[in-house]
Parts: sequence; C-alpha cells; structure tokens
Amino acid sequence: MTPLLQVEHLSKHYEGRRSLIERMTGVPHTVVRAVNDVSLSVGKGEILGLIGESGCGKSTLGRAILRLNEPNAGKVTFDGTDVTALDPLALKNMRRRMQIIFQDPYASLNPRRTVAEIVGLPLKLHGLASGEEARAITARIVERVGLKANQLDRYPHQFSGGQRQRIGIARALVSNPEFIVCDEPVSALDVSIQAQIIALLLELKREMGLTYLFISHDISVIGYLSDRVAVMYLGEIVEMGPVEDVLANPRHPYTQSLLSAVPEIEPQGRRARVRLAGDLPSPLNPPAGCKFHTRCPLATDICRVREPVSESVGPGHQAACHRLAEGLNLLDGAGA
Amino acid sequence: MASTPAAADSIFRRNLASFAGNRLAMGSAIVVLLFVLMAVFAPWLAPQNPYETDLFRRLQPPAWVDGGEWGFLLGCDALGRDIFSRIIYGARISIFVGVTVIVVATGIGIVAGLAAGYLRGWVDVVISRIVDILLGFPYLIFAIGLMAMMGPGLGNIILALAYKEWVIPARVVRGETLAVRELEYVEAARALGASPRHIMLREILPNILSPVVVVSTIRMANVIILEASLSFLGLGVQPPMASWGSMVSDGRAFILEAWWVSTFPGLAILLLVLAINVASQGLRDAFDPRFHE
Repeated sequence: MTPLLQVEHLSKHYEGRRSLIERMTGVPHTVVRAVNDVSLSVGKGEILGLIGESGCGKSTLGRAILRLNEPNAGKVTFDGTDVTALDPLALKNMRRRMQIIFQDPYASLNPRRTVAEIVGLPLKLHGLASGEEARAITARIVERVGLKANQLDRYPHQFSGGQRQRIGIARALVSNPEFIVCDEPVSALDVSIQAQIIALLLELKREMGLTYLFISHDISVIGYLSDRVAVMYLGEIVEMGPVEDVLANPRHPYTQSLLSAVPEIEPQGRRARVRLAGDLPSPLNPPAGCKFHTRCPLATDICRVREPVSESVGPGHQAACHRLAEGLNLLDGAGA
Repeated sequence: MASTPAAADSIFRRNLASFAGNRLAMGSAIVVLLFVLMAVFAPWLAPQNPYETDLFRRLQPPAWVDGGEWGFLLGCDALGRDIFSRIIYGARISIFVGVTVIVVATGIGIVAGLAAGYLRGWVDVVISRIVDILLGFPYLIFAIGLMAMMGPGLGNIILALAYKEWVIPARVVRGETLAVRELEYVEAARALGASPRHIMLREILPNILSPVVVVSTIRMANVIILEASLSFLGLGVQPPMASWGSMVSDGRAFILEAWWVSTFPGLAILLLVLAINVASQGLRDAFDPRFHE
C-alpha cells in the first residue's frame, strides 16, 4: 500500500532572539529543536496515533506537516505531491484536502462570526459554493456532526465546549478533505463528551474515507482508535508500530514507562510502576546521546554519548534504543 | 443559553447596558451630544451673527453684569461680536477637526498596525521605527513645524495633526494584533487557506475594535485641545472664522478689563474635553472585560 502521507526527515527548529551585542560578538542562536528528523507515513484510511508528553513537539509536528509553521528541513509528500515545495497558490488548493481539528474549542472559533460563517468559510475561500448552495451544504454538515440547522446563525459563545468542538469538526470537513490532523481534539472536553466526539470522528472517518493523524497525550484514547501509534520524546519518534503490538509489547523504555502510568482495573494483573526521575529536559539544551538517557532507568555509558538509530523489532514495529537487543522490559517489575 | 437569534450581539449589548448604567459617563455623553447638536444646528441656535462687528458693543460685558444685554448673553469681544454666538459656531471647528483627525488617524493606524502586527518581519520593523520616531517629537512642536511649512488653514490643521496622531491607534492595533494572531481561530483560517488580507480584516479586526474605539475617543479630547492650541498661536483657522482657541487668544490683551472675552471660550474647551474624557473612561470600563466585576 502506498502511503497517503509520507513525512521524511522533517525538522522544525525555533531560533531564539539575540540582542545586538550578542549578534556583534557572534554568540550563536539558541535553538529549540521542537521536531528533529522525524520520518513517518500514514496509509489511506489509517489512523496514526501520535503520543507524547506536553512539550515533546507533537503539535509542532502536526502543524509542520500542514505547513502552518514552515518546517526547516525534510519533506512532506501527500498523495504524490511534495507539500513542502508548493507555492502559495498550490498550497492554498492543497489546504482543501488537508485539514486540522484543534484542541481548544474556545480559542479555535472566531467569537464574532456565526456558525454559518465559520463552517461555510472554506466553501467561500475555495470558491466551492456560495449563497443558498453554500448554506445548504453548511447546514448538511452541521447536522451531520450533531448540531441543528436552526443553530446556524448563532455565535460560538452560545454553545457548550462539546458543541463547539463539533463546529470545529464541521469546519474541517465541509470542503471534503482526505486527511485530518486531529490535534488533541478531545483533551479539553469532559470524559463523557470525549467519548461522543471520538465516536463521531470514527463514524465520519468511515463515511467519508478519511485518514487521521491523531495527536494525544492520552494512551487510552490512542489505544482505542488508532491503527498504528508513534511515540514521541523531545522532538523525536522513539517507537512506532501497530497499536496492539506497541501496547502489548513496548520495546522502548520510554513507551514502557508511559504504559506503566495507565491505571488498571484488575488488581492481580498489576504491572510494576515505572517512575521517571526528573522533568522533560529543556529542548533548548537537549542531552547528548540518547535524549532519554537523563531519565532512563536502563541508561548506560553508550546512551550518554551516541544517539541510537531506529531498528526494526517486528513487522512494521521499530524503536530507537541501544539496549533493544537485551529485550528488557521495565513492566516486568525489574524497573526502578 | 440565549435562544433568540437576536441575541447575536449580546456581548455588545451587555457592554452598552453597562455603559448606560454608569451615570457620570452617561451624563458626559449627553453633554458631548449637546455640543455636537449645537455645532450642527449653529445657524438656528446662534442669537446673533457671529461675524457681525459693532464697535458700539466693544467689550460689552455679559448680560448679568452692569452694562450687559440679554441679547448678548456672554458679552462681546473687542470688535463687538457676540461671544455666545461665536462659541456656538466655534464648536463646529473643534468637533469637525476632532472627528476628522481621529477618523483619518484611526483608519491609517488600523492598516499600519494590522500590517505590522500580523505580517511581522521587515514590515513591522519599518512601521514600528516610524512610530518610534514620530513618538519622539513633542506633539505641539511637531504640529507647529508642519503648520509653519504648510501655512495656516482648516485643512492643514487636520493634516498636521493626523500626521502624528495615527501612531497612537497604530500602536494599539499592533499590540492587540500580536495577541490575537496567536489564537487558534486565526490559525484555523490559515489552515483553511485564507489570505493574509482576509485574516487581518475579517478574523482579527472585528475582535480588536473595542479597545481601538475607546482609545480613539480618549484621543479626540487631545486633538481638540491641540487644535485650540494651534489656533491660540494664530496657526489655526483664519479670522473671521470663530475657533475657541483663537477666541481665547483674542481676549488675552484685555484679560484684566474684559475677562469674559477669553474665559467663556476657555470654559467651552474645558467642558467639551472633560465630557469626552469622562465619557470615554466610561466606554473603556464598559467595553474592557477586565473592568467587569
């Protein structure tokens, strides 16, 4: 199967500002490597879950794929087109096919626009429909996501968080896109509402033949809806593979520690709890060698100097760790 | 949740209701409105012809002082013109200059501020440096210099003041734009393929208009004072047109024997500027959510 979306060696760096004196004395830029040499692919109709702590670069990666922030290096290919090389007009046309659903249903809707204006905007921008026709299309998609057509002329502040998220979904889908970046679309919602929105996203995917890159920090959400999962740590993907495989048999110590934090219902099947020491290191000054070594219970000397490369550990399953060969698993109770 | 579709502008309406509940601000707004009506209907309101000189009435005192007449309520100036009628006509100059300068300056300021705040990069550097340089000049000196170059006259006053006045809304708009451009709905518009122009005018501008309106109203009082100052210095509207500033200036020489010539136009300036200031503070309190309890 040829992937719908192919990301190769994508990097997004942010340069810090230097004062005039720093510039004259040649002090180098402070560089935040938010996304560092990430490669992944998403097949048509697939859901790739992207998981990691806050600040690890998941959202930056999602936005860099859509060129909402320009990547510094690497290539994004969508359905055979090199997205990173598109000129502004071609990019605008491409945006009809690649959309995003945002995390914050309060900040993502313009408070001065009605639902009809917000959801109908893509139709207007891409010249897909206008007037009565646009309103009819807008009404149809708004009803499809679970709102009423008579709510079209209301303003966002008249809706609840879950309803607002439905408006955001309708806006992303109205232009019939093929690929959606879901940037933590449920993490700002109550748990009961989360389930409704996830069910809606899955239904829509089936009906419209969508492909999702689903960003979340919630393993249970990712485990429920993804086909494959990518685990991100400090701007890099440390493990990626089919979701059952990664969750049942995690190979990277970071994935293992993430899984150990998931609360379990069965008391006898209790796994060892891996507590990571310290915080996520600053991406301003990332550790040398393996980025995870400062917090890894398995770290050895080589981890502190050499960066591990991604190796295949099973069908479609890869991980980047120096100690993969030893087959250690923190969840077996050997952990710190 | 409000259920009527008419609840559309409810934020705006709530703000307006909050403003109406502020008695001092509401009273001031009414005073400003009276001044505006006075300016519009000056020919019907003025009891005398403001330009007609009558040397027999030279420095005639106000009506309630010995030698005054009720037909010439606030007395007459050195050329025997009715001060009350001239104040009514003078409101036209002050308000016209105030409104025109603010409208022109706010228009330029919105465009410049949006461009600087949204496009960033060299556009921001150029606009922000121009703003910094203009802010470095003392306002009145700058305006006097321009008037000296262009010559006096109503149109030139407006130009001289607008030249510098636009930097104030420009800074406000730039700052607000910097904050709003990071919000997700702006990013959403970009993700949908909206042009920078669409984003600036349709997504950002409607959300930053409240502080701009408030600042512009506050600045209008300053512009009116500046116009009066320029006219006082003889750089403003030319005689025989009546401007409050030039009327104060006319009375300067007789301030000891005929205090009314300078005092009443001065009071008119004070009253209008004070009313605008209080009303605009009320506007700010009503439209800035940080002032809501």
